[in-house]
Amino acid sequence: MNKLRTGAFHTGMILLSLLWLGPVLWVVVMSTRSFDDIAAHGVGSLPRSFTLDTYRQAWTDGGELRALINSMVVTVPSVLLSLGLAAMAAFALSRFRIPGRRTILLLMLAGNLLPPQILLIPVAKFSELTGLYDTLWALIAVQVGFGLGFYTFVLHGFMRDLPGEIQEAATIDGAGTAQIFTKVMLPLTRPALAALGALSFTWIFNDLLWAITVLRTDDNMPVTPALLGLQGQFVSSWNVIAAGTVIAAVPTVAVFLRFQRHFVSGLALGAVK
Amino acid sequence: MTATISTTSVTPIRRRRRSARLSPLLVAFVLVPFLVESIWVFWPALQGFWFSLTRWDGMSPPAFVGTDNYVELAGDATFRGALVNTVIWLVLFGGLSVLGGFGMALVLQKERRGVGFYRAALFTPVVFSLVVTALVWRVFYQPDGIADTLLRAVGLESLIRPWLADPQTALYAVILPALWRQIGYVMVLFLAGLKAIDPALHEAARMDGANSWQRLRHVTIPQLKGVNAVVLSVIVIDSLRSFDIVWSLTKGGPYHSSELLSTYMYSTAFQSLRLGYASAIAVVIFVLALAVILGYLVRAFREEA
Repeated sequence: MNKLRTGAFHTGMILLSLLWLGPVLWVVVMSTRSFDDIAAHGVGSLPRSFTLDTYRQAWTDGGELRALINSMVVTVPSVLLSLGLAAMAAFALSRFRIPGRRTILLLMLAGNLLPPQILLIPVAKFSELTGLYDTLWALIAVQVGFGLGFYTFVLHGFMRDLPGEIQEAATIDGAGTAQIFTKVMLPLTRPALAALGALSFTWIFNDLLWAITVLRTDDNMPVTPALLGLQGQFVSSWNVIAAGTVIAAVPTVAVFLRFQRHFVSGLALGAVK
Repeated sequence: MTATISTTSVTPIRRRRRSARLSPLLVAFVLVPFLVESIWVFWPALQGFWFSLTRWDGMSPPAFVGTDNYVELAGDATFRGALVNTVIWLVLFGGLSVLGGFGMALVLQKERRGVGFYRAALFTPVVFSLVVTALVWRVFYQPDGIADTLLRAVGLESLIRPWLADPQTALYAVILPALWRQIGYVMVLFLAGLKAIDPALHEAARMDGANSWQRLRHVTIPQLKGVNAVVLSVIVIDSLRSFDIVWSLTKGGPYHSSELLSTYMYSTAFQSLRLGYASAIAVVIFVLALAVILGYLVRAFREEA
């Protein structure tokens, strides 16, 4: 009986896993098929050819290299800046009696909960006004501004729960506010920072809406919106589109695999309280 | 923002955790991030409400028209369709991802052989962007793609249709990939919640002779109250924000059959250049999200207290 149940569990779960991993594997396999193979047998058939030229086409002709560079130029500073600023705010708000600190914190969180649609037009107009429109600066700025509230809220919760004695000891030893922040609090907050870092990396890297709102030129597009362009450029070359898709997915998968534990605990941060 | 600067000396022992000294540095620590968010979020949000009361093409200055845009919305069939689709989206995408995610979390909560792999499999799509997800599923829906091949294999050719180009199926064909990606995410939230439940509660219930259904109903679900609230907020906010997957797969078409409020707002703003009207749609989205946002904030407020 027990054996039967174990068997049913594994059979069911393997089928389900296949449903989840199958489409992904299919695309990976398709990215190595030749154009003629797909044209002759359709995208639903098993592979009868092998080529890696698709990756070269997506990489150079399709402009994925350029797009990946744009993505990195946006994502890395955005993550660092927003976490840095959020850590500063969280530190001040959680460890000091700042008047109205709770209101400030909730206001900042509320900003992050807004549907972005209400911000799109004003943000596009504001970046035109400041001359930032269609530059990566605009995208970095809006990513930092929009993400800040949530990161501050999470880091605040984390810092608030750190024991006060550590800060007192540092104060007695003559450490100033800045030193307590950089030498004591930041190192202690590392698990939360790592979790949020992994999460925000994928969020910003995967973003489509903000990119197509503040950017116009194809050459400026990060890899997520560029993937949609690639689809227009290689209309029926499904193998090249598949290769482009794989390339666009690799960075976030890499971050996930490297920071797996942090990533999952980051997602759970808000859930368990 | 009323951060005052005082220089009371610190009395660490009596005043645990917080010293009363507010240096200019601390004020800057709060002010700088707050200003950044003000410039890119608070101020634009206020402008958004104002724009919704104007007629504006983006070139000439906005002209105040009062509530004209909202009156027009009330009679706009496309808007009504998008509203209905958004509700369908909320119910199907939201409801099924909660059910699926919770179910998977229950099945996979106990550590046993293979569970790590299954969890990872279900979680994999979460790290992909929605555009990547869309392209993966486009292959699935292609004429002669995987969906058609599978249907042919089981003799159901008659069901085959251009899934994304048929107004009857487009919306559901878009929901499916969105679900595929969301279930793993919801599962992780519930797994974390389940892990936090004290096993002694289950043990006690079992001693009292409760069967597994009763334990689920009377121990697990009540214990997950906090997680449920978070998941619910996340789902509603995510549903109302959903844009990428629809934009990548159908752009709201064909004939607005998969149009959501978010995609209608975007195309009205940046393709039809009716910025005032689009702002009014954005305000509607905001109003729909408001109850959930407030609920979330009230919870957060209580936690901070």
